[in-house]
Order: sequence, then C-alpha cells, then structure tokens
Amino acid sequence: MKQSLIKLCLVFAAVMLLAVPQVSQAKELKGDLEIFSWWAGDEGPALQALISIYKKQNPNVNVIDATVTGGSGVNAKAVLKTRMLGGEPPDSFQVHAGQELIGTWVKSDRMEDLTPLFKEQGWMDVFPEGLVKLIGTDKGIWSVPVNIHRSNVMWYIPANLKKWGVEAPKSWDDFLKIAPKLQKEGIVPLALAQNWTANHLWESVALASLGADNWDALWSGKLKFNSPEVIKAWELFGKVLQYTNKDAASLSWQQATDMVIDGRAAFNIMGDWAAGYMVTTKKMAPGKDFGWAASPDTTGEFMFLADSFGLPKGAPHRDNAIAWLKVLGSKEGSDTFNPLKGSISARKDTDLSKYNGYLQSAAKDFGKDRVVASLAHGAAANETFMGGFAQVMEMFLKTKNAKATAMACQQLADKAQIGK
Amino acid sequence: MKEASRDRLKAFLTLLPSIILVAVFVYGFIGNTIWISMTDWGGTGSMALEPQKNFIGLENYVDLFNGFLSAGFRQDLVNAVYYSVMLLAGAIGLGMFIAILLDQKPKGEDVLRTIFLYPMSLSFIVSGTIWRWLLAPQGGVNVLPTYFGFDALDFQWTSSTKAILEFNWQNILQILIYIAAFILIMVGLFVLKDDPQKAVKRWLGPGVVVGAFAWLGGSLLPQALFMEEMHGFNLATLGIIIATVWQYAGYTMALYLAGFNGISQDLRDAAMLDGASNTDYYRHVAIPMLKPITISAVIILSHISLKMFDIIFAMTGPDNAQTGHPALNMYMTTFRANDFARGAAIAIVLFLVAGTFIVPYVIGQYKQRRRG
Repeated sequence: MKQSLIKLCLVFAAVMLLAVPQVSQAKELKGDLEIFSWWAGDEGPALQALISIYKKQNPNVNVIDATVTGGSGVNAKAVLKTRMLGGEPPDSFQVHAGQELIGTWVKSDRMEDLTPLFKEQGWMDVFPEGLVKLIGTDKGIWSVPVNIHRSNVMWYIPANLKKWGVEAPKSWDDFLKIAPKLQKEGIVPLALAQNWTANHLWESVALASLGADNWDALWSGKLKFNSPEVIKAWELFGKVLQYTNKDAASLSWQQATDMVIDGRAAFNIMGDWAAGYMVTTKKMAPGKDFGWAASPDTTGEFMFLADSFGLPKGAPHRDNAIAWLKVLGSKEGSDTFNPLKGSISARKDTDLSKYNGYLQSAAKDFGKDRVVASLAHGAAANETFMGGFAQVMEMFLKTKNAKATAMACQQLADKAQIGK
Repeated sequence: MKEASRDRLKAFLTLLPSIILVAVFVYGFIGNTIWISMTDWGGTGSMALEPQKNFIGLENYVDLFNGFLSAGFRQDLVNAVYYSVMLLAGAIGLGMFIAILLDQKPKGEDVLRTIFLYPMSLSFIVSGTIWRWLLAPQGGVNVLPTYFGFDALDFQWTSSTKAILEFNWQNILQILIYIAAFILIMVGLFVLKDDPQKAVKRWLGPGVVVGAFAWLGGSLLPQALFMEEMHGFNLATLGIIIATVWQYAGYTMALYLAGFNGISQDLRDAAMLDGASNTDYYRHVAIPMLKPITISAVIILSHISLKMFDIIFAMTGPDNAQTGHPALNMYMTTFRANDFARGAAIAIVLFLVAGTFIVPYVIGQYKQRRRG
C-alpha cells in the first residue's frame, strides 16, 4: 500500500517535470491567465466583454477572473498587496493609472516596462501624449489604460431646475448665491455621500480655486499645501459644505445621485460613472432627462482618472498576460469595453458612434481641454498621501479649520514625498 | 518511576508540535510585529521584494499619541473605549435581564431562548448590513411612524456628527490623573465600612491628594499637543453600539441562564422561606453566585469590542472618523497607505489594551487556584 503510494508520487512528479517545459515552449498560448480586478457589480459585464474577446483570440487559455469586490478597489488592493508580498503575483492586475501605480509598485521595482509593447503596437501615436506622460516616468511606461473617466462634472435635472427657477452655476460664487434660496425651499443644494465623495468634491473645488497651473504645481512639489492659495481653497470648500446634506456619511454615491434624480437635491458633483448609472440603471436619456456641466469654475479643464492594467515582474504566465494587454489597448477592446462601462476610450481614433450623448461630449472635451490628474482616484498622488488624506478630510469635516488642515496636508505631503 | 518518566516524555512529545506552532505563529509573530513597529517600513518602495527597514525606536508610538497627523487614531482610541464600555454595559445588562425573565419559566421558554440566541449565529458583516439599512437616515426605523400616520423621525443614528462628553487631548495626562484619583476614592468608599483606617490611609487619602494635585497643578503638567484637539463620545457610534448589543445580548443571556439553572432549587426555596422577595433573591443570592460568569462575559466581550471591524466597515464604511476604530485604522494604514510600521504600532497598542483587560483576570485566576 505504502509502496504504491510512493510510486504514484514518483510518476506524478515525473509527469509534472515533463509537462512544465512543454507548456512554456508551446507557441500557441495555453495555460492560465489570472486577471485581478475589482470590477464586480455594475462593471462586471464590461470586463466579461473584454474577456470574451480575449477568449476568441486565444481559445486555449483558461481565463481566471479573480475579482475582489469593493468600491474603488479598497479590498482588492489589500488582497493584491498580500499576494505580491508573498511572491504570488497575478498575471495582470487592475490599478488606477498614475501615481497610485507608480508610487507603489513602480517605486518598489515590481513592474515591467511596457514601452516595447507600446512601440510595437503603435500606441505611442494612438494615446494622447499628455496621458502617456502621466502613466509613465523617465524610466518607462507602466500600464495600459483601458478607459478615461472625468471627475469634475456637475449633474442636475433640467426640468427640476426650471421648476425652481435656477440655472446650473458656472462659478462657485453663483452657486453660493443660489444655494440659500434652494435651502429655504427645503431642497439640498448639493448632494454629498460618504467620505470619499467629500475627497471627490474637494478636488473639484480646489481645482476651481487654484486653477490648473497651481494644481499641477501642488503635485510636483512646487506649491506648498500650507500656502495661502491652498488655505483659500479649503475655506471655499468649507463654505460649499454648508449646503450639503447632513446625513452624507451614511449614503453611497448612488444614493446621493438619487437625491438629485428624485428632486430632493439640486446638484451633485460626481465622476461620469454617474452618467452610466443614470443611463443604464435608471434608463434616463442624457441631455433630456439629466443634464451636466463642468463643475463650477473648471470649464475647459478635464480632471481625469483611468483604470489600467500592468504587468508585474515574475507573472506566472507572462505571454498570456501580454496578449491580454494587447486586447486592452486595441481599438476593438476599447470600443467594446467603454460604452458598457460608461467611460470614454483613451485612444484618439475611437469610434464615437458607439457612445451615448454624454460620453460623446466628454470625448470631445478630452480632446481639447487641459487634462489634469485626479487626487481622489489615484492619478495625482501616491497611496501614502491618499491614505492619510482620507483622515485629514475627516479632520476638516469635523473641525472646519482650514489652516490646521492645510498644515496637516503639508506634513502628509512631506511624509509621502510628494514631488520627489 | 521509570514508567512515570516515560509517560512524561510521551506527554511532552505529544505537546511538542503545538508548543512549536504556538511559539512560532503566536509569540514569534507578536515579536515580529513589535520589531516592525519600531522600524520605518512604509511609504514609497515599501512593497519591494526586499523592503528597506531601519530601526527608529519608539518614534511610531510617539507619533500616534502626539503627532499632528494622528488625530484620527486618537479619536479611534477614544471611540474604542466607549465601544467597550457601552457594549459591556449593554450586552451584560440586557442579557442578564432577559435571563432573569426566562428564569421565571414562562410558557414557550425554549422558543424564546432560541429567538434571543439567534442573532449570535449571524456574522457581523450580515447583521451590520441589516442594521445599516434599518438605521439609514431616510429609511428603516426612521420611516416606521409613517405607517401609522405620524411624521418620519429624524434620528441620525450612524451619520450624526455631534459629540458629547468632549475633552481636550492636550490635557490627557491631567485627565488620566483625575481618573486615577476617582478610582482610588471609589475603592476607598467601598472599603470604608469594613476597615475605615486602612481605607483612609491607603485609598481615600492618596486619592484626594492626587486629585487635588491634578486640579491645582494642572497647568504645570506637560501638554500632549501644541493645540487643542477635542475628542468625545460621538453620537454616530450609537447605531453601531445598538447593533453589537443586539448581537451579543443573546450570548450573555445564554451564559446567565445556564448559571441560573445551575443554582439548586433548594437554595432558592431556602431564600424564599427566609422571606426574600424575587428581587432580593437575584440581588443577594443568584447574581453574586454567578460572578465567574460575569467575569468571563466581560473578558470575552471586551476583546470582541477591541476587535470590532466588520460591523463598522459594513455600517459606516472605512473612512468615518465619527465611528472609527483602531482595528479599522490599522488595516487602512497598513494596506491602503502602505505604512506597515505604523500599522504594526497600532496593532501593538491594541494588543496592550487587550492585555489590560485580560491580565488582571489571569492573575486573579492564578491567585484563586493557589488559594484553593
């Protein structure tokens, strides 16, 4: 009995030894591909569409869809970190393009440079130059962007605004003028949800207050966080907060958007996944049932964030992963994925007829606006800063002390080595 | 003799694997966490295959308690104290009350017992989600009265930003001394009846002196921070406390009910014969007899309250200073901000706080066994 077991083990080991080199020598792609992402729920179908394109091209690859749920990847990132530290990286993982990837994985020398892939596929010409700069460093390009979202958008219902006799504000001064009127009628002027949406609102307000040049200077370390300009931005943010709902902390962003749809609130500042929510889930027609504008004082500025996939060093199925990245960057992949996800393509040659009214307008703006990086969604600063910023935001929501908050931000920036 | 030593060897060999496993995976890892908490492992490059770690001593701990950026952690720590106290008081009080009611042997006791014990079988993440919906500001409990034609309530169960019982962290030292004085005086008053001389000498006197010192010399004490920082009991934690008490009251009920059933009927009859009312019986006979049960309930619940994570995550999300908890903070610091050293420091602080609950219990047990 015992001997037969040993024999069996020996045979098994021999088979394993024989099988492993065969797999790696094969020309046709075989084996597994593990894709690590946080696209569950509403975003699941878009990911599935990409996977089915991949399956068509590489029928012999077994795709493992390792999805970890949780908004903006809060759980997925923790799982990913334990896996990477344990030396068990997935073949390709989702990450917010920009500093979130660069500050964590590139600085730790865990990613492969994708410049050869970009050159081979001709992506250097297809992706906007500004974008390529934001996802790369002087050492290389680190991820393939699959979509572009806009962060600084203000949503409203045109019919409701007409009823209340107000117009979408072009500047925060306008907003602060009409907000008390709305509040008197029992309407929340600006719907807000839990903590991260406050960060989201802050970046729109700060961009409006600082201007695009100063905003960029902030993240390159040329403008201090405790400078008078930034303190002024926090003060404006405090004023805007007076006109938000009190139960914000227990609402999801969808619930805040619902407040606008139901007519309980007038405006909401949220990324353009809100358009996807209203079109897909709420069956509303863009431009007719709901309207949008760049958030006050940011017309002509496009605050971007992007989801992207990278190639970790030591990926177990590297060839399969590269084939996956090729699908992501291709025109077909991009134009299949983005209409479903409710975002625009990062490519310049995108087929606009596949997108709805809102996305067409966003794509047009992306082509001509000044593109700046979003803080709340990982493009502007590394994870050390973002993790601390959530706490700094809580401190401000509680104390409303602009100066102390600005000082805390500067300390945090020093710690996170912003601009170094 | 030979037989005995062989038995001993056998016993040792049987235990050896678990001794080794516990040594490595419990004490070894505690040691490793302590070591990490004294390094600067964090920030950019922290995820490298061979991350750089430099020894920096207690800097992380100093920063947690009086660093400018760590206000969130201090609020969480204050929250954790309130969570512990309220969970203990709520779950033990309510559990004992239900147990006493069930001890009267009402009809359908078995069914009721199951109903009360049932919440414990749910996981925190499930009950957290349910309570999140129940306590949502625009739904659940708040709209209940509208079914009867009344106006909806306006309770901000989990989203209130108000706090009561606020104190200034700057004066934490003074406050701690006040608390020490208070405890000394309370113990003194407790002992006063039995041994007045010892009470005054050992407890009351020092208590008054320490209290007076903190009151008069408060301004001489070093301040923890250079600016005011108010922390208090956040009203938003009420929702979470309600949910936890709901979940664990059934558990303490089961503990007490088992205890009550274990008391012999003769004892009860004897007490009744002596003219004790029902209240007297529970106050002077039953509950004092169940002291070991109370103590074990306190130990179990206090360490649960220190591990609270999933219920808060489910009810109010990861970033909510009003309802934050050090355990959540530790996770976020470690896995979102990549600050492993600080995360380890928070873990060790939690470990020490848990120790202050458990060590007195262990010492008490040890003494008792020696005496017995």
